[in-house]
Amino acid sequence: MLAFLIKRVAQAMLVMFVISLVSFAIQDGLGDPLQELVGLSVSMEERQQIREELGLNDPLVVQYARFAGKALRGDLGVSYFYGEPTVEVILNHLPATLELVIGASLIIFFLSVPIGVYAAIKPRALLSRFFMGVSIVGISIPVFLTAIVLIQLFSIGVTVTVFPEDTGWGHWLNEALSTNGGMPSYGRGDALVPLFGTWESGFFSQRGLLHLILPSISLASIMLPLFIRLIRAEMLEVLQSDYIRFAQAKGLAPRRIHFLHALKNTMLPVITVGGVQVGTMVAYTILTETVFQWPGVGLMFLEAITRSDIPLIVAYLMVVGLIFVITNTVVDLIYGLVNPTVNLTGKKA
Amino acid sequence: MKTLITTFTSSVMFAAALSIAPMTLAAEADKTLRLAYDADPVTLDIHEQLSGGILQLSHMVFDPLLRWTQDIDFEPRLAESWERVDDNTMRFKLREGVSFHSGNTLTSADVLFTFERLKVSPDFKAIFEPFTELKIIDDYTFELITSEPYPLVLNAMTYLFPLDKEFYSGQDDKGNDKATITKHGNSFASRNVSGTGPYTVTSRQQGVRTVFDRFPGYWDTQSPGNVGKIVMTPIKENNTRVSALLSGGVDFIAPVPPTDLDRIRRDANSQLVTMSGTRIILFHLDQQRFEPFRDVRVRQAIAYAVNQEGIVARIMKDFATPAAQLSPEGYQGYNPDLKPRFDVDKAKALMKEAGYEDGFTITMMAPNNRYVNDDKIAQAVAAMLAQINIKVDLKTLPKAQYWPEFDARAADMMMIGWHSDTEDSANFFEFLTMCPDTETGRGQYNAGNYCNEEIDALVTRANVETDPDTRTAMLQDIERRLHDDAAFVPLHWQDLAWAARKNVQIEPILNVMNFPYLGDLVIE
Repeated sequence: MLAFLIKRVAQAMLVMFVISLVSFAIQDGLGDPLQELVGLSVSMEERQQIREELGLNDPLVVQYARFAGKALRGDLGVSYFYGEPTVEVILNHLPATLELVIGASLIIFFLSVPIGVYAAIKPRALLSRFFMGVSIVGISIPVFLTAIVLIQLFSIGVTVTVFPEDTGWGHWLNEALSTNGGMPSYGRGDALVPLFGTWESGFFSQRGLLHLILPSISLASIMLPLFIRLIRAEMLEVLQSDYIRFAQAKGLAPRRIHFLHALKNTMLPVITVGGVQVGTMVAYTILTETVFQWPGVGLMFLEAITRSDIPLIVAYLMVVGLIFVITNTVVDLIYGLVNPTVNLTGKKA
Repeated sequence: MKTLITTFTSSVMFAAALSIAPMTLAAEADKTLRLAYDADPVTLDIHEQLSGGILQLSHMVFDPLLRWTQDIDFEPRLAESWERVDDNTMRFKLREGVSFHSGNTLTSADVLFTFERLKVSPDFKAIFEPFTELKIIDDYTFELITSEPYPLVLNAMTYLFPLDKEFYSGQDDKGNDKATITKHGNSFASRNVSGTGPYTVTSRQQGVRTVFDRFPGYWDTQSPGNVGKIVMTPIKENNTRVSALLSGGVDFIAPVPPTDLDRIRRDANSQLVTMSGTRIILFHLDQQRFEPFRDVRVRQAIAYAVNQEGIVARIMKDFATPAAQLSPEGYQGYNPDLKPRFDVDKAKALMKEAGYEDGFTITMMAPNNRYVNDDKIAQAVAAMLAQINIKVDLKTLPKAQYWPEFDARAADMMMIGWHSDTEDSANFFEFLTMCPDTETGRGQYNAGNYCNEEIDALVTRANVETDPDTRTAMLQDIERRLHDDAAFVPLHWQDLAWAARKNVQIEPILNVMNFPYLGDLVIE
């Protein structure tokens, strides 16, 4: 176990090193950070001076060596825009993103498991076909489009008048298809509850939850179909296996067979994929956060790019790399718990 | 870990302020304005950066000596009156009984402190460069002295927002001077603020939200403003900003993207205010890179080939004013005789005359996220030039990558948009058309390397001409000469747009400089 963790830490270091190298190498292509720091009428001389102060005139190797030296001591530099240590900036924005990911994960989990299992148990039912059809549509609509449609429907509201208003059924259809709006369309709202440190949560107040709903749904929309299909496929396979047939022959209640014996083995690959996807979801939040002006790390990163805030970009990429390594490690550990035959340390079982 | 929210005005300060101006807390200032701009101010230090966002902040937390009215005239604020003593001296009388958020009283010493700080601010020093000295006469009188007659003293004073000298003096807890201007990093002034303006900063989470509360001791008790609290949220995405207004999530948004103007007009609960702007969009023709541009006939041919009205109608959806010069209407230099001169036949004839009937190939660069529709405009201009056999190799870039290319003068034609900081025509000439000179900084953004010493001499003379009528004639003459010489290709002035809920009376507080005077805002 310890050896496994040490190996993982070493891996993490290597990943971070490579990421820092790559993000440093591309910084020339990201533009001149000075353009965002000074007004247009500032003279070339002044610009040179500021550039000198920031150390931007040094060769890339010197800049990297300086950065790496500080990074080893845990200092990832100061953001040009925020004027604060980059790690602090990221930690301040991280709770918002994590809450969004948690919200989306909850939606995915509580919808994908029942739907996936149902679709596997009753593959020919009309409802199953409907779910599978919808999930194809869901997977092919880009996240920002989902978000914009959600905002239009539930924040602004739409009034449908295509059906004849004077007939009873037309009026009813118009009413049924029109929405009132009223859901918050941006940000996290002002009803956040401080938890600890920089973490202010929207999960513990009604208004905070309202703000979470639309962004979580649009973030979930891209992953949900994937999980429904995955669970359905795995479940179908498990249901064919001998031990399930044996259980059926033994006369166990179908509910017990499906949800205790079959589901457990179905979840194994789902956990692996899920762990990797949580990492990916952190990346997907960039789109969702932009459309909803959600003050998380995704939005922060996108703005850092337009501002050429290089220290923040480098730090963000490293932190995301770290998150990937950590989630993968945790997934491997959980995998070991769920399936005792999996051997992490390489010892003979 | 400490939270980002920092309280700037302690209750002690409030108490002090209240004791000085006990009765001015306007009982009716109880409305809340939820405001969404595309970005929030980078810093609370108003001398750190000269940008639209910082000026908007300045007008909320500070007051200038005088400010612009809607019809580009001056309105006294902290300066009650002023008079010209001689050619080089202007005397100002300061308003009495004005207090800062800290409780300190405004005197000439604060103005001098601010003036000296502006003189060392990299961004603002250019505006205050003509002034040699600020002389204190008494607590409420001071004189501004220039080395030579200067016509734009009042224009510059719209940038002087007096800072609280006592508040910004001394050392912070890290031992740094509180008055230091830092471009990056964490200075005292970038986190703490004390001005004389209608609002104090109550809490600020950069990039998330900033809350302003009305300053109970605000001097301007005549102001009709009834907004007691402003919650400012930056919403970068255009669509989200508009949605936030339409769904009732915010009360006031700016800027409004041209594609959504109709959406807001159609909405029963919203109102739209537009104004013809003052930012000119143009293309430079680089004579140093591309030899044929030195021929005036070639430049004129290009000027005749570009259809400004077409661009405004088709691409800008009439959300711009076609330009044939740099100065927008209302500026001294605006020459009403100059009109867009689209004429393809004339352009072809000029090309033939210059010996380029078969045309040539040039490179062109433009940003793709800096100005409204910038990349589409560049494509349209390239297509227009194709009609006179000029092949254009066009490259558009995000602004972060564009400006380094611009500084390197990396293409034969480059786009730039320019707004005059002084709201005066001469600023356009100094930066965009005067012979580039690294010593004086003249022509810093003259990517055409156009150089006409005759015109430069006229600009220099206009800059020391204090008689408004003579100066107007001079500046208009310069515009005509530049037009005849086709020194650049002007395209249009971008319009401005703001939108708000119906009950928010934004129209009277808006201006073409795009700093809304939120202190005077009335919400029904």
